[in-house]
Amino acid sequence: MAADTNNCVTLDLKTDSTLPVEADSISPDLFAGLSNREIKDLPLFYGRRRMTLGDLFHVKGEKSDRIIINGNLDHYKRIGQAMTCGEILINGNAGMHTGAYMSGGSILIKGDARDWLGAHMKGGFIRLSGNAANYTGAAYVGEKRGANHGTILIQGSAGNETGARMRRGLIVVMKDTGDFTGANLIAGTIIVLGRLGGMPGPGNKRGSIVALGEVSRLLPTYSSQCFFVPVFLSLYKSLFKEWGLDLAAEKLTGCFQRFAGDINTVGKGEILIYDKHQ
Amino acid sequence: MNICGVNIEETFAEAFKMWGCRLIITAANERWALNAARAATGFGTSIIGCGCEAGIGKRVSPETTPDGRPGIEVLFFTTSKKFIEPLLLARIGQCIMTSPTSACFNGLVSEKTVDVGGKLRYFGDGFQSSKLIGNKRFWRIPVMDGEFLIEESFGMQKAIGGGNFLVLAKTQSAALEACEAAVSVMKDVPDIIMPFPGGIVRSGSKTSSIYKTMNASTNTAYCPTLRQQVDSDLPDNVNSVMEIVIDGLTEQAISLAMYQGIKAACRPGVVSISAGNYGGSLGQFHFHLQQIMDREGRCA
Repeated sequence: MAADTNNCVTLDLKTDSTLPVEADSISPDLFAGLSNREIKDLPLFYGRRRMTLGDLFHVKGEKSDRIIINGNLDHYKRIGQAMTCGEILINGNAGMHTGAYMSGGSILIKGDARDWLGAHMKGGFIRLSGNAANYTGAAYVGEKRGANHGTILIQGSAGNETGARMRRGLIVVMKDTGDFTGANLIAGTIIVLGRLGGMPGPGNKRGSIVALGEVSRLLPTYSSQCFFVPVFLSLYKSLFKEWGLDLAAEKLTGCFQRFAGDINTVGKGEILIYDKHQ
Repeated sequence: MNICGVNIEETFAEAFKMWGCRLIITAANERWALNAARAATGFGTSIIGCGCEAGIGKRVSPETTPDGRPGIEVLFFTTSKKFIEPLLLARIGQCIMTSPTSACFNGLVSEKTVDVGGKLRYFGDGFQSSKLIGNKRFWRIPVMDGEFLIEESFGMQKAIGGGNFLVLAKTQSAALEACEAAVSVMKDVPDIIMPFPGGIVRSGSKTSSIYKTMNASTNTAYCPTLRQQVDSDLPDNVNSVMEIVIDGLTEQAISLAMYQGIKAACRPGVVSISAGNYGGSLGQFHFHLQQIMDREGRCA
């Protein structure tokens, strides 16, 4: 999303706060049909207090599904939650649950993101220029399935349990991931360009964890199968090139060592490790 | 009408409604993509005896194939959409999946689709897995050289089969040379195939026979050896006739191919260009030779 302020709603944060703010009313679906006054009147919970968007942000523009937010929103939770269309550009950090349950549209974050980025995502696209904390694209505690469709591109690193219980979709991490990447993965694909964190894919049923860089310790419940060229990875090549990841795109057509597991579950998941020697 | 001394007869090619689909076969290199394509389109010359008509289309560069490898486009045509699924299951399953390093993708975007990958996956004996990329599902089937990748659904659309023209020449070699020249330019026309060997058929048929068990027999009116024994359509100086049959996804594609082919076939040794029809009572599509040469010529 370009920083074009025409035909969009711009929110400038008035003051930083350490109190958590429930900001699920910041959604293109809502903004698209509302006047400037109505947007300012949208409710937010600032800690325990009910406030309005106008109390916390300077609001410019109206009736647009394109939103630009300026300011560090570390404590602003659920931005773009359940959005189905439109665009959000966050010039700063994003709080927890950003893009959770979203099913369409895109979120571009020029900063870092807290936990649960794109949790239970059902579609759409999230691009994060900084680092993501834990549980990106994951399922909430007690829920069986995490992200189902949709794409998350993290240009920095990601924390622990990235893609935990993901059902479908794609997560690409350009740097490193924390421990237990793809924990209890049901299906879906996680591609890590940097160092894949320790013990990836515990409980992995049918998912694919792809390591294009270094790999930390694997679980003993995975076993090496073969070296081969997984043609399906080539299908991501054009997407990678679109994102400017030309070097990684070329690796996708290379040879990989396949580890199958986790045999603690159905054992049809896989960890594909790029074989730089072939 | 006369083009370069060749008479274009005032007649038409009679073609029929068919259903068509397009596949893109990729492999580690073009040679193996072509091997798979040749096997898949083999024994696909005529709906009369083969159950389908099939042919190889254009080469697809790695820049435009879904997996970035060299690809070959193949087209299949059959008379009913209900035949598409068994046709593709058999041809892909036995000819493409079996070919080393191959993968198979849908090459026709259409509202009407047929599930092929979703059925062939059972060859994986429970070890198959799927990937949903964008809005397309792909199946990964473990095979002895690695994995066979196939798209789940393939598009199909109404198409046309049986576009044709006849090259009437003074000698067999002149007919062959003219047809070869025609085929070499027609193969660059998109969305068409020429299903017969090398694109040329020498045993054109009519839809009747003296034998009850036969529903087609040799086109006696164009057999030079029978000139005086039957009601022949051959001019006196014609001693050899060859036919080019064209199946296409659209009427426009067939018209363009016929124009290009006829233009190339008009060369020394060729007496006239005619077309096969059944009096206009059977096929829905009539490709009038002179109109095509007029219309497409103006466009060109």
